[in-house]
Amino acid sequence: MTRTPETPLKRTPLHAAHLRAGARMVPFGGWEMPVQYAGVKAEHEAVRTRAGVFDVSHMGEFRVTGPDAEAFLQHVTTNDVARLKPGRAQYNWLPNETGGLVDDLYVYRVGPEEFLLVVNAANIEKDWAHLQRYAPGFSVGLSDESDRWGLLAVQGPAAELLLQPHVDVDLSAKKKNSFFKATLLGFPVMLARTGYTGEDGFEVFVEAGEAGALWEKLLALGLSPAGLGARDTLRLEAGFPLYGHEFAEDLHPLASSYTWVVKDKAHVGREGLRAAPPVRLIGLTLERVPVREGYPVLLGGQPVGHVTSGTISPTLGHPIAMALVRTDAAAADTFEVEVRGKAHPARRVELPFYRK
Amino acid sequence: MQTPTELKYASSHEWLAPDGTVGISDFAQDQLGDVVYVELPEVGRVVTAGETVAVVESVKTASDIYAPASGTIVAVNEQLAQNPELVNSSPYGDGWLFRLDVTEEGGDLMDAEAYAAANG
Repeated sequence: MTRTPETPLKRTPLHAAHLRAGARMVPFGGWEMPVQYAGVKAEHEAVRTRAGVFDVSHMGEFRVTGPDAEAFLQHVTTNDVARLKPGRAQYNWLPNETGGLVDDLYVYRVGPEEFLLVVNAANIEKDWAHLQRYAPGFSVGLSDESDRWGLLAVQGPAAELLLQPHVDVDLSAKKKNSFFKATLLGFPVMLARTGYTGEDGFEVFVEAGEAGALWEKLLALGLSPAGLGARDTLRLEAGFPLYGHEFAEDLHPLASSYTWVVKDKAHVGREGLRAAPPVRLIGLTLERVPVREGYPVLLGGQPVGHVTSGTISPTLGHPIAMALVRTDAAAADTFEVEVRGKAHPARRVELPFYRK
Repeated sequence: MQTPTELKYASSHEWLAPDGTVGISDFAQDQLGDVVYVELPEVGRVVTAGETVAVVESVKTASDIYAPASGTIVAVNEQLAQNPELVNSSPYGDGWLFRLDVTEEGGDLMDAEAYAAANG
């Protein structure tokens, strides 16, 4: 089903809690989501310096089970799922037949024959149809659990310190990309040491009906509610590509530097991914003027690409942007970005812009 | 939300003072969120009511600012180059944008009561 603008926006189990927290709600990927509460800069800073909590319940969850669960995921994704032990999670791609991306996702290995996939909200229906199409021929069961789970992202350097007194597991023993069952503030949850902000933190899977009560208890611990605005500035500073901006069906994903996501194995779209990408994803910084998605990138006065994401970095205090430029132009040190008809100098920098 | 009664307001959220000073309303700055950059017009430029004359950028987005009246730009708020957040903290004071020598007001200007009612 194609979602049209007339389709009513979906709401997460935390909708009422967002309104109580003073959130400004906006449409996002078919959902009505909080873009900010106190303000993007304050929420961004809270996550960089202490800890914040995001509602990411709009993301989709699919469970993949059965004797062929691993073989199926090996076929439809680019990363090596066989390397995953139970209790470990992995960033991965779902390629289409021509080497573009249907989605990027996280794969959690629950057991030898059981996986949980976490996919982008706007792509839930598309991803589901894509997986259904490839499932025949594999002894595999697929279930869409998107409505079952509330998902909260607790992110920031103080995340472990704030959660530890309220959880029945030694968090210091849990490495990045591990996940485990726990009781948090009295709620049965699954905790994953994952996130998309460039900070340490945990993603908390909780039954949807309990998400609101858990959210309120997390705020009472001193976690700042953080919205989509801060989520975007944080992930951009961390150099993380975002589906719909740096990834798309018709974009070669290896334009990004994430070559490690593609392993040497047979999978859907392998031939397309073997072709050299015509463009490359670069980082740009500017002196003053913020640059936004779609602005032209020039080299020697000639257009060579466009900005895919841009903002003023709250941490660095100057404009940062990711841009896709022609591969033959990507090695230059200085570019220009056209802003409202005027060219502004931009310097190419290595990604990420910020590393904790 | 403040809506000073001595000002007139455009539906696009600019305010116009009797002396030709222009800024954006408290409601508008709140909707925009943290202002991080302001692009102002050249002094001496002749503008027509409704024309795009400035850009106010928040962390998330760029918003056009329209002239609430026709006239000539006679001053711009140089402080905003270093302190764009003044638009948030003082939308009717230090966060003003530019000053017009007004020749004719735009047709859709509202008084404070009508503007507040429209954006309640």
